[in-house]
Amino acid sequence: MKRSILFLAISLGLSLPAAAQKKYDAGASDKEIKIGNTNPYSGPASAYGTIGKSIAAYFKMVNEQGGINGRKVNFITYDDSYSPPKTVEMARKLVEQDEVLFVFQTLGTPSNTAIHQYMNMKKVPQMHVATGATKWNDPKEHPWTMGWQPSYQAEAKIYAQHILKTKPNAKIAVLYQNDDYGKDYLKGFHDGLGDKKGMIVKEVSYEVSDPTVDSQIVQLQASGADVFFNITTPKFAAMAIRKAYDIGWKPTQYLNNVSIGIKSTLEPAGLEKSVGLITLGYLKEPTDKQFEKDAAIVKWREFMKKYYPEGSQIDNLNLYGYSVGETIAQVLRQCGDNLTRENVMKQAASMRGFRVETLLPGVVINTSSDDFAPIEAGQLQRFDGKEWVRFGEVVGK
Amino acid sequence: MRKAIFLTAIFLIAACALPFLVSNYRVFQFTLVLVYAIALLGLNILTGYSGQISLGHGAFYALGAYVTAILMDKAGLPYWATVPAAGAVCLLAGFLFGLPALRLEGLYLALATFALGVSMPQLLKYHHLEKWTGGVQGIVIAKPDAPFGLPLNSDRWLYFFTLAVALIMFLLAWNLLRGRVGRALVAIRDQHIAAEAMGVNGALYKSAAFGVSAMYTGVAGALGAIAVQFVAPDSFNIFLSITLLVGIVVGGLASISGALYGALFIQFVPNIADEISKAAPWAIFGVFMIAFVYLMPTGVAGAIRLLSVKRRSP
Repeated sequence: MKRSILFLAISLGLSLPAAAQKKYDAGASDKEIKIGNTNPYSGPASAYGTIGKSIAAYFKMVNEQGGINGRKVNFITYDDSYSPPKTVEMARKLVEQDEVLFVFQTLGTPSNTAIHQYMNMKKVPQMHVATGATKWNDPKEHPWTMGWQPSYQAEAKIYAQHILKTKPNAKIAVLYQNDDYGKDYLKGFHDGLGDKKGMIVKEVSYEVSDPTVDSQIVQLQASGADVFFNITTPKFAAMAIRKAYDIGWKPTQYLNNVSIGIKSTLEPAGLEKSVGLITLGYLKEPTDKQFEKDAAIVKWREFMKKYYPEGSQIDNLNLYGYSVGETIAQVLRQCGDNLTRENVMKQAASMRGFRVETLLPGVVINTSSDDFAPIEAGQLQRFDGKEWVRFGEVVGK
Repeated sequence: MRKAIFLTAIFLIAACALPFLVSNYRVFQFTLVLVYAIALLGLNILTGYSGQISLGHGAFYALGAYVTAILMDKAGLPYWATVPAAGAVCLLAGFLFGLPALRLEGLYLALATFALGVSMPQLLKYHHLEKWTGGVQGIVIAKPDAPFGLPLNSDRWLYFFTLAVALIMFLLAWNLLRGRVGRALVAIRDQHIAAEAMGVNGALYKSAAFGVSAMYTGVAGALGAIAVQFVAPDSFNIFLSITLLVGIVVGGLASISGALYGALFIQFVPNIADEISKAAPWAIFGVFMIAFVYLMPTGVAGAIRLLSVKRRSP
């Protein structure tokens, strides 16, 4: 005990002078921290724009409560309409004109790819990007870029392992969206199956512009598969689930986390038709009855009511925005008075077991200098007609 | 005439001084303005002068951008060499597309080109082309530095490079449109039967106009790719084609200088709209557009022309 007090005293003594010294890069001062962001407020992906709005609302709350270490957050967000050239223009505006300390939650895989090199060349952190692609976890080549959510590939691998464990003789059918998101999942799934890739008897894709996926589901049923991996966005997920049920196809169904929403996917599909779906969760689902009285969700609802009343409380993207806000607020708290870009990156890469309460129980954020993937864990859950019932252990790191 | 030369000289001096007066980010934006101006000039040759409506010029812009990106990334060509290549590929593609499309007029041609514009992003994602196009991930290209040890940073150098190309393209267009070819195109637009009776080969001129127009847009696409340093299918959706059409109408149909005004509009007005309202940026953009069309029915170029005529005859 005595020794630990001594240790504490020494470490405090050592850290005090450092803490007293305030260090700033562009975008930070005694009064303010400037954070930049791009989001699709218009264009084909404008449904995601609510993430940017909920983050802005989150910082409004933070500022009203006194800011972070006494500094107000100035969150500057621009519309890039999900167009990569526009993202480049806006990122340059944020870095060169607005002089933000870092950019945060820029949304979309192509948009972030477009500024990947620029941000790393400028050494301005590209923090917690809003995409599930795997390439953001690359601290060696791109030390200024970091993701946040579990990568699509990691998620698909977990499904593959679960199938190998529970149904080693399965015949698998896959439906996927024909773009980077769908293909990323597919790659993770293939990698997860490894030399058992032959278990996949049929893979069919669809385009976002397709009116339905009925014919794809009929094809998949005809393949005689008894396991179905559904890599689709909410609208198509609902159609696929309903069609499979209606034509009497009853495989074990795995649904990607993208379409986990009960109000947005399962109700349109039909709750009774969704019984038995398996998915990997990492965030609490706001429309799930079991979380109705959950402290974190109640707190989030109050936040929504007060700071973002026009936002939808059944849209889990708004919970996502709030949760990433909680994460970056912690990073900034850890930075203390040393608000340099280097320290922001360093603090973001040294989170050990940090809990955001809106994450599922047992899911924590871990990063290190060679692990730039904050959330890598989740828990499998099965839909029982009313709510997602978690089973097994928290998997992943 | 002397006045026109005088104005052009002033414009050139201003254009050369500009990058030294503003930040690098603004220089980048003005580079994009020049890029759009070339594309708008191309579309104006087709729509403004020869009266054929294209809703798919974004496809040629994309083609030019990809030719440059692939040549730089896979073949290791220097950036300046890829610009003429992109122009040549688009000239051919435009001419070939123009041949069958000629049989379609007015709205039908608009629909055919619309189909081209809509399908382009998906063609770029096509599985068997992925080796070259990089699929949905696109291609990242390196940013060129100033040559010969010129004391310019890469943004300024790129601006001057684009300015030089733009000047050549504008000069070419001016030469082309004020002479026989220009008159023939306008004649076809206004009275194609009379034009044919005068001995104008309508079919040939129309496909040639399509080809040249595509070439301009392709060159713009190539320069745009170099400036942005990235191409991906999502950069070239149908909205790009429509934006280009908006640009020529706002700038002024059948006007060379209109391309520049239109480019300024499509580059800056969406940003202003976004700053006014995050909730409905396109509604604000729409208000701007209606205001422009209502106040200046012949485009900015037309309004300026009208003003100078009024001043001369009090």
